[in-house]
Formats: sequence, structure tokens, C-alpha cells
Amino acid sequence: MIYRDSKTILEVRNLCASVSGTPILKNMNFTVKSGEVHAIMGPNGSGKSTFSKVLAGHPDYEITGGTVLFEGKNLLELEPEERARAGVFLAFQYPIEIPGVGNNQFLRLTYNTVQTHRGKEELDPLEFDDFVREKMKLLEMREDFLDRSVNAGFSGGEKKRNEILQMALLEPSLAILDETDSGLDIDALRIVSNGVNHLANKDNAIVLVTHYQRLLNYIVPDFVHVMEAGRIIKSGGKELALELETRGYDWVSEEYKAASRVTA
Amino acid sequence: MSAATTHSASPYIQGLIADQPRLASSPQTWLNKLRSVAVEAVSELIIPTTRDEEWRFTDISMLTKVSLQPAHTAIKLTHADIKRFQLKEASTRLVFVDGVYASKLSTPFGSGITVSNLATELADNSSVIKQHLGQHAAFKENVFSALNTAFLHDAALIMLPPNKAVSAPLHLLFIATQKEVVSYPRCLILADTGCEATIVEDYVSTQDEAYFTNAVTEFVLADNARIHHIRAQREGAKAFHIANCSAVLSRSSNYQSVHVAMGARISRYNLNIKLAEGAECSADGLALISGRQLADTHTCIDHVQPHGISRQLHKCIVDGAAHAVFNGKIMVRHGAQKTDSQQSNRTLLLTDKAHVDTKPQLEIFADDVKCTHGATIGQLDSEEVFYLQSRGLSNALARNMLTYAFGAEIIERISVTSLKKSLERTVLEQTSTPL
Repeated sequence: MIYRDSKTILEVRNLCASVSGTPILKNMNFTVKSGEVHAIMGPNGSGKSTFSKVLAGHPDYEITGGTVLFEGKNLLELEPEERARAGVFLAFQYPIEIPGVGNNQFLRLTYNTVQTHRGKEELDPLEFDDFVREKMKLLEMREDFLDRSVNAGFSGGEKKRNEILQMALLEPSLAILDETDSGLDIDALRIVSNGVNHLANKDNAIVLVTHYQRLLNYIVPDFVHVMEAGRIIKSGGKELALELETRGYDWVSEEYKAASRVTA
Repeated sequence: MSAATTHSASPYIQGLIADQPRLASSPQTWLNKLRSVAVEAVSELIIPTTRDEEWRFTDISMLTKVSLQPAHTAIKLTHADIKRFQLKEASTRLVFVDGVYASKLSTPFGSGITVSNLATELADNSSVIKQHLGQHAAFKENVFSALNTAFLHDAALIMLPPNKAVSAPLHLLFIATQKEVVSYPRCLILADTGCEATIVEDYVSTQDEAYFTNAVTEFVLADNARIHHIRAQREGAKAFHIANCSAVLSRSSNYQSVHVAMGARISRYNLNIKLAEGAECSADGLALISGRQLADTHTCIDHVQPHGISRQLHKCIVDGAAHAVFNGKIMVRHGAQKTDSQQSNRTLLLTDKAHVDTKPQLEIFADDVKCTHGATIGQLDSEEVFYLQSRGLSNALARNMLTYAFGAEIIERISVTSLKKSLERTVLEQTSTPL
């Protein structure tokens, strides 16, 4: 939701990034304020996923230009774990499996690590158990979820729910959801979306990176952006997503090219 | 032993035989015969070198440079000394100190089944022991099995009667206390029809100097018997550990084995499993080594008859300049149709100097079988490290956690909780994850 006295959470200016020498992001500009929900859409290879990973600090990407300010701080000089502790959260498109490490232990370790760095109290195993079970209700997760190994043998929907559970625990001020809707059936999509909507408030912001409009029926964005060739070529309100659903991406691309010719 | 046969053996083997105290001859003439056949076999064999295909990657020449004496047989350990090695689930425990049975430290099984020292059971159970002892772990072409058999005296004997299910694990504890000695641990497990048991074969040490453990274990599973075999090799840092284990599986029997190799400077484990019709086995393993350790696991899963099932997941975590070897042969004999076999070997190399040689082998002589095998070697996956970092964990902690998890997948298959926890702690210490 758009609030009048919101503060700027993320400010990306002319961001350029490449992977093994190939430029992927080319002068990306993007601003997010507290309380807002943004959707970044675009065809495959437009740089959406790269952008999310760059924000989270993935080591494979080299920043070749531009700036990223997160709550006024230079995000690019922080390690991935420092970004997480500062309040950046990335829900992975493909969450990794860690057989041998219990989900409960893992969640408690990440929670307590982040809490400590934020100068807050850690929870002991019993306190954490109560705390996490409360959050699990939000995502309609079965109790045995905690006893299993992290994501090991989880269905696609269970993995995504586990991602949102981590978001609920870590309370980020900026949550980036990378194709969280992909591979979900309607039921799982509804549960995951409810969870995200419940977590959204006036102090945090959510960036949905998605291919399809479907997710946006459940999590209604304030802004919709279209990415192509490593930059945002069009921004609009939630109605833009519907237009993209019926007309595809080509017309946006044409429009952008025409506009570029005029300005050139 | 005649002069003609002895002169072909290496001086090292001569030394091993000559320096040992002569075993008193047994009232069981067959046992004396077995030993002397083994002595003859020894005299015709040499210590293998890396020119030998089966030992290509494992150089044990260091072993021949250590002067090894016979172990003193007087046992000085007390209950207090071995407390830390006890498993709280196991009320039945046989303890062998430097290969010698320690009756005062042992708690044999009450009644109904036999879990005791073979030497004391010979008089009563001679015929059944004779039928199996030394008959499954072939020693004619294996100098280490032959040496062990030549010095056969004390041994762990387990005889499980038909349809008996033993719920508590049976703990066979082999403790090395003396330096520069050689010991010959031996186990014979006879599992009768339909019985069930968990057997822990555990090698530990109270000292860190060089010594040599040369062990032989034989499992005989009758029809429908179910055995869970857990083997923990936690020898001292400078130890040599060479072990041969054979498991013979009758119709529809089930042998689940988990082998964890963490100790010893150089270790070698040969596991041979033979499956009759409808028999099922798993042969999982974890080698967790660092420094200049070498851990070699050779397995042969031999499907002799149809409808057998075998599963194998062998993992290696190699740190420092350590060296892991895995050679896993799956044999499907002519006529062993409908065999279902899966083998996987996964290795994690933690440094540039860590090294692994892996050789999966499939030999299939039947035409209607399902066999898969594969091997992967790698470093920690950077995507996985990034995932954990993105949840606030430091790079070092993320790496430790993933290393721990890699090994934990095998350790989780150990059904004895206290041993599982203890091995998990060792993995945690080696990977230093503060979980």
C-alpha cells in the first residue's frame, strides 16, 4: 500500500552488473518505499532473477557500475549475511535442500543469528518452538515440518512455504520474492500469498519477481514494472499486469524502442 | 611350515610370524589345521604394493617400516577406563584389548543367544563354528586375512537362534592400548533363520602412537535373517587399520551395513557381500579424513541369484592433504535376473590438496536387471553457501554446516542413538559447526 509519510527503503541508481564478463543489468533504476508492493515482470532472460540475486549479494555477479542504497546505507559493500541481518530477504526460486540438518535447528540458528546482530534477545529451543509454531499456522504447515531436514524431500509448494516461513521469522524490511509462484498449485499459491499479505505492513516493502500475472491476483501490487535487457522499460499500476497478461510483452518493447528513438 | 615355502615370503611377514608367541595348540584339531593352512598361505603371499591393481591407490609401504611387536596379553584397563566407549543402549558388550578378550570388562549375553568369546565356546559349539570360521573371509589370496587366521585365538562369537529378535544392540568393542603392536580382532556372526539383531563393531584407541589392527569379520545370514551392522573405525591418529569383512546372505535375508571411517593414518576396509535369491543389502559408508590420512574402502556386492536388492551410498569428506579411495564393485552373476542395484559415491574435497580416487565397477552377466551407479566429486556448492549466507549465517558457518550435513546423511542411518550422537559430535568437531 502507498503511504503518505513513507520512507525510502531501496534506491537503485544506474546499476550495471555482469556475470563472467557478460553484462546482464544495464543502468537499472528502481526505488521502493516502505509499505509498497512492487512487481517486476518481464520475459525470460530480461534480468529479473539476476537483479534479485544482486540485491542479496550473490558472489557470481560483478557490479560494474551504479549504486544501491538500502535504508540510506551502501548495500553493495555488504556481505550477503550482513544484508540479511540488515533486513534484506530473498525468497529463492529454487530453495536448496540440506539433508542432515533439521529444519527446526536451522530456523532457530538463522533466527538467533539475525536477532543477535540486531541487538535483540535470542530464544532458547523451547521458546523458539512456541514462536515458530505460531508462525507456521500462518502458512498452514504441518507440525512434522520442523522435524524434517531442511527442504529435503519437500514438495515444490512446501519449499516455497518454508521460504515464507523464514521471511516471517526474519522480519525483513525488504523482501524480494523470486518467482515464488512458479510451480505452485492454486491451493499452495493461496496459502503462500495469504502469508505474504499478512506479513506486509507500512514499515516494510515487498518486491515480487514473477513471470505471470496469476500471483498478482492474490498479492496486489502498488506498482508493476517491466524489465527487458537488464533495465526497467515501463512502470505502471496494477492494471499494467492485466494488460501484459492479454497483450504480451512485445508492445511494451516496441513502445520503449519508439520512445528511445524520439529522445535520441 | 617348511623352509621351502617360507623363503618366498617377505622379511616383513616373516617378522610378523616369527615374533609372535606361538599359540598353544587347541584341543580342536580342525582349528590347528585351519591355522597351519593360513600360515602356509601367508608364506606364499607378499605385502601388496601399488603395482597390485587392488592396491593401486593405497601405498602401505609405511606399514612395513614400523617395527611391530606382539601385544602383551595382560589387560590393565579398568571399567573406568572404558566408560567413555560404552553405548548406553547396549547391555551386551564384548571387549577386546589389543586383540585379547577382556572377560572382566565384558558383559556377555545372559541366556538364549550366544554372545561370547569364541575360545571359550569351542568345546560346546565346535561343529557349527568349524563349519563357518575362516570359510567366508577367503584368505588364500589375502595376506592380511591369512595372518589374522594364522593367529586365530580370541574372537567375538555371536550365534542368534531362529526367529529370535534382539532389540538392544550388541557391542563388540576393540580397544588399542599398546604402541607398536599388531592385533588380530576377529568376529564370527551366525544369524539363524528369521532372527534380527543390531551389531556394533567398534574400533577405538587409548593412545596415539603407531600400531596395527588387522581385523577379520564373517557374517552368515540364514534365510530371512535381518542384521544391521554398524562399523565405527575410530583408531588412533598414527594407526594402521586393515580389515576384511564378508557377509553371506541366504534367501530373503537382509543385511544393512553402515561403515564410518574417521581414524587411523592409513585404513583399508574390504567388504564382500554375497546375495542369494531375494536377499537385500545396503552398504553405506562415510570416510571423514584430514591431515595426511588415507582411507580406502573396497566393496564387492555379489548378486549370485535372482531378485536380489542392493543399495550403496558411500561418501567421503576429505580435508587437508588427505586421500580417500573408493572401489565399489557390483557383480551380477549369470542367472541373477531381476537384480535391483543402486550405487552412489559422493566425495566432498575441502582443500586443493585433498584427493580422491574413485572407481565404481559394474560387472553384469544377466540380461534382465536394473543397475545404476554414479560418482560425484566436488567442492561445496556455492549456491548452497549463498543460500545460508542469505539467511544471515557467516560464510564460515555456512560452509561448516554444509560439510556437516554432507556427512550426517550417512550417520543418520545408524540406529543406535548414543553412537549416532557421538559420531555426529566428532563430525561437528572436525567441521567445527556451532550448531
